[in-house]
Amino acid sequence: MMKLRFASPEMLVDINEIPDLDYHRIDDDGSIRVGAVCRHADLERSSLLATRQPTMAAAAPLVADPIVRMRGTLVGSVCHADPQGDWASVMTALDASIVAQGPNGRRSIAVRDFVRGPFQNALAFDEVAVEAVVPAPKGEPAGGYLKLERRVGDYATVGVAVAIDRVGSQVSRAGIALTAVGPATMAADAAAHALTGRPLTTDTIGEAAELAAQAAQPKTDHRGSADFKRQLVRVFTSRILTGLLRSEEEAA
Amino acid sequence: MTAVDEVKIGGMGASRRRVEDNRFIRGKGNYVDDIVLPGMLHMEILRSPLAHARIRSIDTSKAWAMPGVRLVLTGETMAARNLAWMPTLSYDTQAVLATDKVRFQGQEVACVIADDPYIAKDACEAIVVDYEPLPVIVNPTQSMAEGAPLIRDDKENQSDNVIYDWEVGDKAGTDRAFAEADLVSKIELHYPRSHPSPIECCGSIADFNRATSKLTVYLTTQAPHIIRAAVALVAELPEQMIRIISPDIGGGFGNKVPVYPGYVASILASILLERPVKWIEDRTGNLISTGFARDVYLQGELALRRDGRILGVRMNTTADHGAFFSDAQPSKFKIGLMHSAFSCYDIPNAHLVARGVYTNKAPGGVAYRCSFRVTEAMFFQERMVHAAADDLGMDQAEFRRVNFVRDDDFPHRTSWGFLTDSGQYGKCLDVGLEAVGYQDFLKEKEEAAKRGRLLGIGISTMTEPLGAGNSREYDILGIKMFDSAELKIHMTGKALLRTGAKSQGQGHETTWAQIVAHELGIPAEDVLVEEGDTDTAPFGMGTYASRSTPVAGAAVAMVSRKIRAKARKIAAHLLEISEEDIEWELGRFYVRSQPDRGVTIQECAVAAYSNMPDGMEPGLENVAYYDPPNLTWPFACYIVTVEVDPQTGVWDVLRMVAVDDCGVRINPMIVEGQIMGGLTEAYAMANMQFITFDDEGNCIGSNFTDYLLPTAWETPGFELHEVVTPCPHHPIGAKGIGECAAVGGPAAFVNAVMDAVKGSGVRNIDMPVLPDRVYEALQTGQDVSGAPPVRMA
Repeated sequence: MMKLRFASPEMLVDINEIPDLDYHRIDDDGSIRVGAVCRHADLERSSLLATRQPTMAAAAPLVADPIVRMRGTLVGSVCHADPQGDWASVMTALDASIVAQGPNGRRSIAVRDFVRGPFQNALAFDEVAVEAVVPAPKGEPAGGYLKLERRVGDYATVGVAVAIDRVGSQVSRAGIALTAVGPATMAADAAAHALTGRPLTTDTIGEAAELAAQAAQPKTDHRGSADFKRQLVRVFTSRILTGLLRSEEEAA
Repeated sequence: MTAVDEVKIGGMGASRRRVEDNRFIRGKGNYVDDIVLPGMLHMEILRSPLAHARIRSIDTSKAWAMPGVRLVLTGETMAARNLAWMPTLSYDTQAVLATDKVRFQGQEVACVIADDPYIAKDACEAIVVDYEPLPVIVNPTQSMAEGAPLIRDDKENQSDNVIYDWEVGDKAGTDRAFAEADLVSKIELHYPRSHPSPIECCGSIADFNRATSKLTVYLTTQAPHIIRAAVALVAELPEQMIRIISPDIGGGFGNKVPVYPGYVASILASILLERPVKWIEDRTGNLISTGFARDVYLQGELALRRDGRILGVRMNTTADHGAFFSDAQPSKFKIGLMHSAFSCYDIPNAHLVARGVYTNKAPGGVAYRCSFRVTEAMFFQERMVHAAADDLGMDQAEFRRVNFVRDDDFPHRTSWGFLTDSGQYGKCLDVGLEAVGYQDFLKEKEEAAKRGRLLGIGISTMTEPLGAGNSREYDILGIKMFDSAELKIHMTGKALLRTGAKSQGQGHETTWAQIVAHELGIPAEDVLVEEGDTDTAPFGMGTYASRSTPVAGAAVAMVSRKIRAKARKIAAHLLEISEEDIEWELGRFYVRSQPDRGVTIQECAVAAYSNMPDGMEPGLENVAYYDPPNLTWPFACYIVTVEVDPQTGVWDVLRMVAVDDCGVRINPMIVEGQIMGGLTEAYAMANMQFITFDDEGNCIGSNFTDYLLPTAWETPGFELHEVVTPCPHHPIGAKGIGECAAVGGPAAFVNAVMDAVKGSGVRNIDMPVLPDRVYEALQTGQDVSGAPPVRMA
């Protein structure tokens, strides 16, 4: 932002030296907490996410490029609120929150409320985002993240985050959120609702994929036409869910 | 005593490690921006935000008032010194700083010279320019439309936006061939704009010393001597007082051949301020204002006989040159070497009509890893050939084979007048087909289709003319396209070699020494290679268009032979025998009748300074200027297999097989590096690189997040193979190679995708073949054009 002269702050504060903010851990209640200076690369290599949080595990290696992943953070990415950012979609699909700390203490803001618009978040001027919290799953967590980018490190043409919890074959909770197909991160609630309380089947998957495509508000640009981007939302939603259905069938 | 072992001394054919990498991988390269001179000031350019507008006024007062600002230049300042406009290498004129109008987005409007670059940039933002917007033209259709605004109203006798109309070939004969054809295959294509995008952007440090009257310019240039001549002509300075130094160059790819306004402005600023002035271009400046490439439209037709023979070719091209015709090309042909298309095929009749137009875009037409439009020529050729084979219902490989010039037909005169020198086209194709497992893949493709999977295979075969020029048909500003080498053998047998070429990554410091080693037997590590300083290097035309080895490399061989001829006389003196009785083997002269009696080249070197024959001039040094009798003609066969995802339009490269015949290889490792680099660029152009314009002339692709350079992550693996047909007229049998893969590669990728989607009835998707274009083509069954303006909702 500074290089492009969109921002010319008088002062920059380096938060890297604040102790004990580089963690990511799972609490006793099953919620996952990611500290503000925990790097993308830490999440990419995390055995915790690999075993306990499949949507985050799927997204982590797709964020930006290896150089950015060594330096950038999940919390920073959500704060940046770029509609083409990956983590805001993943966090929205997981019903996650951002914890903000200011002179009057801490408050928790759901990511879907936290991201206000392109490059706008809900932090007050005297607040700092200190962690992201993913609530405990309501069953066995499953999910995925798919993204089309023209090149590794390119901004997403389209990204789709799917996070479901299952009890038996019933979907007990579902979240679907979309990257780069609207003025901000898009929550595809109707699509998620179509899965909730039902088992994954070819029909429910098709319904959810269609509703997700309808939730997208893409624009035609040099990355592709609006119709094409909507098609990608449909295909990616369907592919993630079909993959989950297949692994369920194979396990059975 | 025996001859030295050529491999051991790093001679021809040795994959010697690049000596320049010693400093590059240690971060010890010395680029223009690394150079800091005492008292140096910094220049920044203010660029036009609009693509076409009249300048009502420019107010620089706020900039002048800022602390640290030393000078503000505008078109008015330049005009007062007759420097507002400069000549281009294509006999047009180009604005240095705009006076009357801006004609493309990013055009140079003013310059600030200040104590540091930040002050200069801030001061640029304080300049107020009052623009009156004018209608904008971003493609040839708009340019040639009735009532289109006149872009070049600065030129006398220019009443429309057409730059030239040009044609070559036999129209009547070609018309007859088409009348007799069993089938005519037609296709319309656009080769989109692309940008060379060297990692190092352009820059200069001009240092005028009033006390000595000498102007030294450190410059990112591929052709320092041409720049010296141009500066002498434009700035009217005496040539001996101009020194151009091209230090380490971080890639050129044709982008660093032209003269840019920033160079001229920094030189004037240094003359006015009598202090060194540094200008370093930023990435956006480089992408939006410096030498673009391509942007040519084609209507192509092939007249075909039922048995697959091509009877005639028609090409009708329209080139979008942007606001100034500043193609950096030395041929006498308006559209460069476009008519070298189809040179690998035996085609009796051919006719090309070419038109060039102005638009409100940055100047285009630099030869990006290319010999002056051969990239477009070979892409058009191989896309036309692919479509024609499909139209005939003929196998892609077989169609090419029946039309190839045969091995015993060389030298072969093409119907557009080129003389190809040598080749084994059929053999190269065979090697490629064998490597890729052609018949097996065709079966696999058929099987996959039954399960709804889209596989495709694309072939691109071509020969291209490399190594401009010969002096009859090629010159720059009247200077003939020869090149030069100067070789000094020191007393201890070590050597200093300088050439008129200029490496920007090609590895001259390594390969030139190998040629000397091959000719003289002096170990390559004993030969220091220097280039790029006009005060020390012999006059040469620089490095671009794959001309280094064909021309300067030949000069290196020739100057080595001159040295050897003198050394032979010294050897005769030392051996006390007549010169006629002496034989040469690598590194050593010996007495024919007594092979163990001999002297080494190093012993001759000592004697040249200490014990020369009576009457012989001391020393062992010489210079050679080489005027090539012809261009060299390498051949390439590129084969790509892909799988297209019908639901997303995404295509993945399964395999990429490259067979290159560039004659004798001096350093096989460097040759392979050149091929891999070229294939990577070919893949990028075919797959992702998109630098276009919206209907207001805004450049879409003005940074590296929009205009993409591929990384190792997505670049496919390449399988390289070789065939060697020595060039018959080159001293060491070598042909150019630097650009082959970038020239011939794109069509292989596009042909593969087109083969995969053939069932939908689509004949063409313009590059870049983006997933959304493939998806659209599959949905509609219609061709997808890539002509600007880009769709932006």
